[in-house]
Amino acid sequence: MVNKRNKIVVTFISILFGLIVGALALAIAGFNPIEAYKIMFEGIFGSPKYISWTIVRSTPLILTGISVAFAFKTGLFNIGAEGQYIIGSLVATLVGYFVKLPVGIHAIVAMLAGCLAAAIWGGIAGLLKAKFGINEVITTIMLNWTALYFSNYVVFWEPFKRPNRDASQQILDTASIEILRNWKTSDAGREFLRNHEFLKNFLNPPVNFGFIIAILVAILIWYILKNTTLGYQLKAVGFNKDAAEYGGINVKRNMVISMMIAGAIAGLAGATQVLGVSRETAILSAAEGYGFDGMAVALIANSNPIACIAAGLLFGGLKYAGSKLQPLIGAPLEVINITIGVIVFFIAMPKLIDILLSVINGKKRGAKVEDTK
Amino acid sequence: MLTPQEIDELMEIIRSLTSQGKTVIIITHKLKEIKQVADYCTIIRRGKKIDTVKVEDVSEEQLASMMVGRNVSFKVDKTDREPGEVVLEIDNLYVKDNRGLDAVKGLSLKLRKGEVLGLAGVDGNGQKELLEALTGLRKVESGKIIMNGQDITNLSPREIIDSGINNIPEDRQKRGLVLDFTVAENMILENYHKKPFSSGGRLNHKAINDFATELVEKFDVRPRNIKQFAGALSGGNQQKVILAREITNNPEVLIAAQPTRGLDVGAIEYVHKYLIEQRDKGKAVLLISFELDEVMDVSDRIAVIYDGKIVDILDAKTADEKTIGLLMAGGGVDGE
Repeated sequence: MVNKRNKIVVTFISILFGLIVGALALAIAGFNPIEAYKIMFEGIFGSPKYISWTIVRSTPLILTGISVAFAFKTGLFNIGAEGQYIIGSLVATLVGYFVKLPVGIHAIVAMLAGCLAAAIWGGIAGLLKAKFGINEVITTIMLNWTALYFSNYVVFWEPFKRPNRDASQQILDTASIEILRNWKTSDAGREFLRNHEFLKNFLNPPVNFGFIIAILVAILIWYILKNTTLGYQLKAVGFNKDAAEYGGINVKRNMVISMMIAGAIAGLAGATQVLGVSRETAILSAAEGYGFDGMAVALIANSNPIACIAAGLLFGGLKYAGSKLQPLIGAPLEVINITIGVIVFFIAMPKLIDILLSVINGKKRGAKVEDTK
Repeated sequence: MLTPQEIDELMEIIRSLTSQGKTVIIITHKLKEIKQVADYCTIIRRGKKIDTVKVEDVSEEQLASMMVGRNVSFKVDKTDREPGEVVLEIDNLYVKDNRGLDAVKGLSLKLRKGEVLGLAGVDGNGQKELLEALTGLRKVESGKIIMNGQDITNLSPREIIDSGINNIPEDRQKRGLVLDFTVAENMILENYHKKPFSSGGRLNHKAINDFATELVEKFDVRPRNIKQFAGALSGGNQQKVILAREITNNPEVLIAAQPTRGLDVGAIEYVHKYLIEQRDKGKAVLLISFELDEVMDVSDRIAVIYDGKIVDILDAKTADEKTIGLLMAGGGVDGE
């Protein structure tokens, strides 16, 4: 069994290897990797604006990452974060547009509605597994597509669709979770920001409460898993459902609960994205990939909800900075995808890292490998 | 698993092979078999060779102490005890196996307070299905299970545990333990939702750890590390964790299924001691085992199961191996 510290080391080495292989890919494609990485670094840390963009872009990935990580800790493979994300954003948009409520309360209601709908969406997969033994991997994949087309169908609904746009109506301002949105565009706000360069820059992107919510959710999920009877029974079912059943734990009910919680978190990712950034649900021809990226985030975080924050930021940062390579030096975004892919690849193979480490250290291989379990 | 008669036949075959000049290596933890057929015996313990001896020069006790590294007593120490009233009654029970065929076919049995009732039988005669039905893990098709006068047929596992039936499961790694949980977490598998281990849905880590530390000490689980993952323990120590948990629950009825499977002689002695202790406290123990010796040593009464039914119930003091062996093979039923 790999101990905790070892796992963290493996993670960092995997990231390093990922960057090295990414550099090789860049070099082979004819770009200077050092220059490219410099652009990426500056693309994240070069300006307060970039930092806040990185945070904004990472927020949904952190949440879908926690969703996948939570399900994984309880023995389920949630490939459905994508669909749950879509349902969460759709319902949040619907509530954000149609329901009239005071500022703040409106946002909270829209968010909870998105969570609830996505929880039910995830719960379907849990129920199918509990009742009929259908593998959640299959059902969640299919539910992703169902969610996508269902969302498109609803957006095409006359009262909801924005005329001449392939998107829904925008949410009302009362439902927004963007920080200081009205103030930013008011005269006083403009005046103030003109004199405060850093804040002006930092608040330029749609900075919103989503990131804070994601951190709170990470802590909450960590707490549930570690300190509650709910977490105890969910983990028991995840690790060994035969023993859980023997111990008197209701295995089926816990499967459904687990998928519902995972769904709610992924739905929250969609809701915060709508209420804080996009303000609408667009008609999609294919999934945006937040749920799938969440799987990578969970993997990098070793299914630890708190670590999902860092992993989400890393992932979001790489993607955001990678998008700057093309306009500046013409390097394709795919290189970044290769880098991310390699990181995940190495993390998925802790044994390989162990072997590499022991070769580097000149230690005996057998002992190390056996240690990994 | 073989019946005693079949074991004898096997020993006969081995002896005839050696008399023809063949060499046979037999690997077993059954001392009786070694005494029966082996000429020389090499004892290994924890991957190391301890000694090679001429079998006729050593006693079973000496062999056992070499295997375990300390003196072992074979005789299960127990005093006569008058059993009390019926606590668990199984009445005309029918249970299906995984293929949907009847595995338990009209089984009836009464378990009394202060007795160890051994269930002897060859593997695959309905023991597994009976056990699972008794613990709520498998549906009862018809018939009744009565605990303390209360019908507990087809209740959930938790309700059955709460009614006073605890179980040492047949497969400790599949059923008995969550191997990825720590020893402490495993100690509360059935009671995590009760005080003092939790209140209001929050786990009380201190109470859990104190409890686990006490049990690990009392039941001599090695290493004494409650943060150790259960999967990292040896088989004997895993069994001690289960034993500690189930016995500390102090159940009215303890169903021990194959409680010594795969354990060394030392650990077996230890498990038997605790089963007898439960009986002496006036609790009822149902011992399901494929080891006839174990059933005969520990039980007060022996019920023989064959083809999903109890074919006979014998007094352990007067029962002999041959009769039970015949019954186990269905001999008593159709007069084979």
